[in-house]
This record gives sequence, C-alpha cells and structure tokens, in this order.
Amino acid sequence: MAYITCENLTLRYESLIVQERLSFTVEPLDYLCIVGENGSGKSTLMKCLLGLKQADGGTMKFGDGLKRNEIGYLPQQSMIQRTFPASVREVVLSGCLNGRAIHPFYSKSEKQRAAEQMECLNITQLADRSYRALSGGQQQRVLLARALCATKKLLLLDEPLTGLDPLVATELYGILQHIHDDHGITIIMVTHDVECAVRHAKKILHIGKQENFFGSCEDYAASAVGKRFLGDHAVPEHCANCAHTHTRQTEEGGGNE
Amino acid sequence: MSDLSMILTPEYISVILLPALIAGIAVSLCSSLLGVSLVLKRCSMIGDGLSHVGYGTLCIAVALGWAPMQVTIPVVILAAYILLRLSENSRIGGDTAIALFSTSALALGILASSKANLTTDVSHYMFGSILAMTRSDVMFSVILSICVILVYVLFYDKIFAVTFDENFARATGLNVQFYNLLIAVLTAVTVVLGMMMMGALLISSLMIFPAVTAMRLNRHFRGVVLTAVLVSVGCFLAGLFLSLWIDTAVGASVILVNLLVFIAASLISEIRKNRQKHDAI
Repeated sequence: MAYITCENLTLRYESLIVQERLSFTVEPLDYLCIVGENGSGKSTLMKCLLGLKQADGGTMKFGDGLKRNEIGYLPQQSMIQRTFPASVREVVLSGCLNGRAIHPFYSKSEKQRAAEQMECLNITQLADRSYRALSGGQQQRVLLARALCATKKLLLLDEPLTGLDPLVATELYGILQHIHDDHGITIIMVTHDVECAVRHAKKILHIGKQENFFGSCEDYAASAVGKRFLGDHAVPEHCANCAHTHTRQTEEGGGNE
Repeated sequence: MSDLSMILTPEYISVILLPALIAGIAVSLCSSLLGVSLVLKRCSMIGDGLSHVGYGTLCIAVALGWAPMQVTIPVVILAAYILLRLSENSRIGGDTAIALFSTSALALGILASSKANLTTDVSHYMFGSILAMTRSDVMFSVILSICVILVYVLFYDKIFAVTFDENFARATGLNVQFYNLLIAVLTAVTVVLGMMMMGALLISSLMIFPAVTAMRLNRHFRGVVLTAVLVSVGCFLAGLFLSLWIDTAVGASVILVNLLVFIAASLISEIRKNRQKHDAI
C-alpha cells in the first residue's frame, strides 16, 4: 500500500484548469522530485497534498498508516519570518504541535524530540540564537528540523533551494540524502532544478502544460520530455548546483538509528 | 504642576486611584499580550478598526439607554469575526476592508448619538476616563482581563505557531482558523475594556507600542512577550502618576510615556547593532 495514491486529479489555479487526469503514487521510502514549467500546477499540487486546498476532481488517498497531519513541510520562506523575533528552539518546537490534542505547553518528550532533531541537523549550538540573525542556509536547517519534528514518515519540500548559494544547496542535498537513507523518511520535493532532481531523486513527476511523466529517473532521462528538459547530456555527471556528486546509498547501508 | 500630597488623600486613593490602578494594570497586561501577535501578523490595524466599531456601538447603546459595555462587547466580537473573514477572503485587501467596515460602524454610531443629543456623555469613551470608572466597571474589567490572560497562556504555543507560520501550522493539522478567531475575540474584548480606560482613539496604540518596543530589545518570542508586558504595565503606572502630577489626561500621558520608552529602546538597539559591527571588524 502506498503512502499517497492520486488518481485523475484535476488542479485548478484561480479559474484556470492547469492539470487534468494527473495520477501518481508515493511509496514508503520514495525520493520523489516534482518538476515542471511555471504555471503547470506544481504549487497547487503541493497545497492539495498538504490539505491547504481541495483538488477539483479525482481522488487523493492516504494509506499505509500515513495521516495527513503527519506530513513534515518545508515551506518557501515568507518575508514575515525573516524578521520574526524567535529563538531557534522556539521555531523547532513549534513543529511538535500536531501530535497533541488540546493540552497546553510542550511535554518532556516533545522537548526531547526537538533536541534530537536539532542534534541531527547540527544546529544544537544555535538553539538560543535568534532565528532572524541566521544565514539563509542555517534558517533552512532550522525549518527542516521543525518539519522533522512534525513527521516520522514523509517530508514535503517546496523549492528549498531558492535563494541559497551553490555550496549551501549541495549541503542541503547531502542532509536530505542522510535523512532519507538513515532515518527512513520519504521525501517529496518540488524544484526548478531538473538536473539536480535527476541526480538525487529516485523518481520524477514531471507536470507540464501538454504532457506529464511519472517514473524512475533513468526512464525520465530517456523519455522525450526528459530529453527536452535535461538538454543533450542524458544524466549529467555533475549538476550545475552541486560542487561534487553524491552516491545514492551511503556505504554503511543506512539504518544506524 | 500640582502638589501630589494635596491630591493623594487616603480617601482619594481608596475610592478612585486604587480601582483605576487595578483595572489599568489588568488591561495593560491584556493589550500588550495581544499586541505582540497583532504586530507580528501584520494586522495591527484590526485593533484600530475594532475601536471604531466599539465606539460606534457604544454611541448607539447609550442613545437607546442600554448598558454600554454589555452590549458593546458581543458586537465587537462579532465585528472581529467579520473583519477577519473580510481580510482573508476579500478582493479589496484586508486593510481597506477594515477601514471601510469600521468607519461605517463609527458613522452609524455618531448618527445615533447626534439624533439623541448625547455628545457630552459619549465623549468619555473617545478620550477615556479611567479615574471615573465605577466599582462594577472595575470588577468587570478585571474579571475579563483575567480570562483573556488565562486563555492566552493556555494557548501560548499554538498562538506562536499560528503567528510564525500559518501555512505550516495548517499543514500539520492545527485549526488555524480557530486560533485566528481566538486572537480576534481576545482582541475585541481587550479593545472594549481599553476604551473605557484609554479612549477609543488611543487604545490601539496601547496594543502596538509595547510590542514594537519589546521587539527592539529582544530576539526571542518569549522575551518579546515578557518585555512587552513589563513595558506596558510600567508605562501605564508612569503615565498615570505623571498625569496626576502635571494634571493632564491619563490616556494621552500613558501613550506619550510609551513613545518615549520606544525611542529609548530604538536608540539602545541601534547602539547595540553598531557595537556588534564594530566587534565584527
């Protein structure tokens, strides 16, 4: 059973239908990148997955024990957040709220969970720093830690690389690989960067104005759509954003948690 | 300038000053707590809009001979709900919707009060009259303030989450609409209570000043909230005694003390920034 099964989705942006009959599945331990031109419905699809919006047609089913509020979400940053007075710890802790009904204040185990995620992303030493004083890369780690507090299963990232310099972007890809391989977290990422997507992901969902593609990265590189988007070189050895390449599996084989 | 020892007779203190102090501190606490969220959510105009609606309703209530507070509070809560929906859904934009809605309510109220010739009665609420509050007004303010503070403390974590990132909060299953409504209702109650004390024209600055002052001095959310509370209560006390001493309107004096503290806080934060730059070099 898949985590998410979408069949024949219709997506609408304002009054315009941008996608019809969109179908794909997300299995546990997938690493799926959603790519496509501007205006093809990527962010609308994202909002539907998060439950911020309803699809206009078709079905979206959550299975395999995944509930909608168990999705960790890394949003694009808003202007408000960049100047918001909050400590790193306060931001990360706010990811723990979904597991809790009405009782007030954070419990010991929630604080513990936040501390673990900060340790995992190597931001423990920043815990008492102010969020707005951090660099773009550090802020991204903080929001990632918050997202990981909200989920043990599935992480959704919305254009996480926007505004980051290449070195920081590489670092972020490394972190995602680590989270995926060692912590067994399924990843869905919306991105502009097709080349990096093909290098790092397992599967690609390309949504376009005329044609859609859903399948493995290799098939995507061989497909007509993929060729058009990737240019001449089928699978690039080095992608533009990455200073070096990553192996897809860590050598220890993961699972050291 | 007046001689304080002449004014502050034991009788004056127990009958007028003490109730005013208690009610003032309670309302200052509420307004600073909510002010932080309103400023950070970029909707400080909601406080101002609600005070217009509140004043309009009050005029109508007085014109018709109803109990002013008991009528105004539910109407302003309803207005808070409507303003929130307007700013979420309207095509003309939140601030415009608030301005249109609140000035219309104000106009209605003024119309009613001019028909009934009560201009002097209701002008109390325009500029506030904390020293003229009755014992039952004070009781009412204190009880409602305690409710506001309790609810705020119980939902503190969720209010933070909703203020910091609405989309994330919604995606992880928090009922964002409910918490926004909660903030609006608490704001509505605080605005009406503050209207008795500070006056409709000044109440929104009582919410905003402590919050922006605290944001100059603090980098953590909890620090901002606590500092805002201290600044708010401190400025209220200073403003109240200043007004007794130099014989001025209480509301205006409190706001001016707030302004001075804000300027001082801005200077301190500039000096800190410069020193950090200096250290970095």
